[in-house]
Amino acid sequence: MQADAAALIGAGLAYGLAAIGPGVGIGIVVGNAVQAMVRQPEMAGQVRTTMFLGIAFTEALALFGLLLFFILFGAA
Amino acid sequence: MTVPILAQIVEVPSNVNHLFDWPAVLPFGINRVVLLMFLATLVTFLFLYLPFRQPRVVPSKMGVVVETLVNFVRNGIARDIIGPESAKYEWLLIPMFFWLLFLNLFEITPLIHFPVTSRMAIPAFLAGLVWVTFVFVGLKKHGLSYIKNSVIPPGVPKPLLVLVIPIDFLSTFVIRPISLAVRLFANMIAGHIMLAVFFLTTASYFVFEPKIVAFAIPLAFAIVITAFEIFVAVLQAYIFTLLTAVYIESSINVEH
Repeated sequence: MQADAAALIGAGLAYGLAAIGPGVGIGIVVGNAVQAMVRQPEMAGQVRTTMFLGIAFTEALALFGLLLFFILFGAA
Repeated sequence: MTVPILAQIVEVPSNVNHLFDWPAVLPFGINRVVLLMFLATLVTFLFLYLPFRQPRVVPSKMGVVVETLVNFVRNGIARDIIGPESAKYEWLLIPMFFWLLFLNLFEITPLIHFPVTSRMAIPAFLAGLVWVTFVFVGLKKHGLSYIKNSVIPPGVPKPLLVLVIPIDFLSTFVIRPISLAVRLFANMIAGHIMLAVFFLTTASYFVFEPKIVAFAIPLAFAIVITAFEIFVAVLQAYIFTLLTAVYIESSINVEH
């Protein structure tokens, strides 16, 4: 019973904490990409591709947290 | 025989348990997910084949659409990332992009409402295929020095290698396919749960509290999220293909 409660609290914390870093990270990635596109509009296409790559790598961390949520939720 | 299959495809379940549990309906463990995969394969084939059945100088309207999309994958993903050798890997990238696109778009297709890629088996298999491809490309091009070069970055001091080699080995050969599969899977499952939450909230307010102010808010959210999910479906197919191209490129030019 107490182990279940601990797993549920852990599930909530896992996703909530995992979302903080990638949230900040994606903000930095997209912000700098916008800056680069404004400064050099002719490079916009390449910058956009790289931006999506950066978002994908950063976002993976948050998604690991989501996965952990499912695992812990199933364990409870 | 065909009627139960059709009923399986268009059946709308009453809760989200089908994300985690789906019984087989045909022999060989064929269940709804497998049927939808067959459907997506058929749609991909028809999408790429039908507009070009009769060759003509000016393509039909559908042909223009398909040509634009194929060109986008071939030039925007394969050639931009991999470079001059990209033509060798189009057999993987182009069908994979369209197959994933249709599998993802089943999430918001009326009467289907099931993102097939939210079952871990499909992204995991595709990530395994990508893993085999980029390791094979690297080994074929550089021999065994591919593994050495991909775990030892140039210019690292000798004592640090104890730390760097395990980290680089893990990140290249273990984390890469896992994160590739998990990214697609978790995005689609999160979107599906979000849609289910808002639509079920709307439905229960509509039944138990039939006032316009009560169910209008979740309904509005549900509509906005449906539009967002179309974007996510296209973006995830794009990112999966893009990362495949990036991994293949990193196997070809492993030196830097």
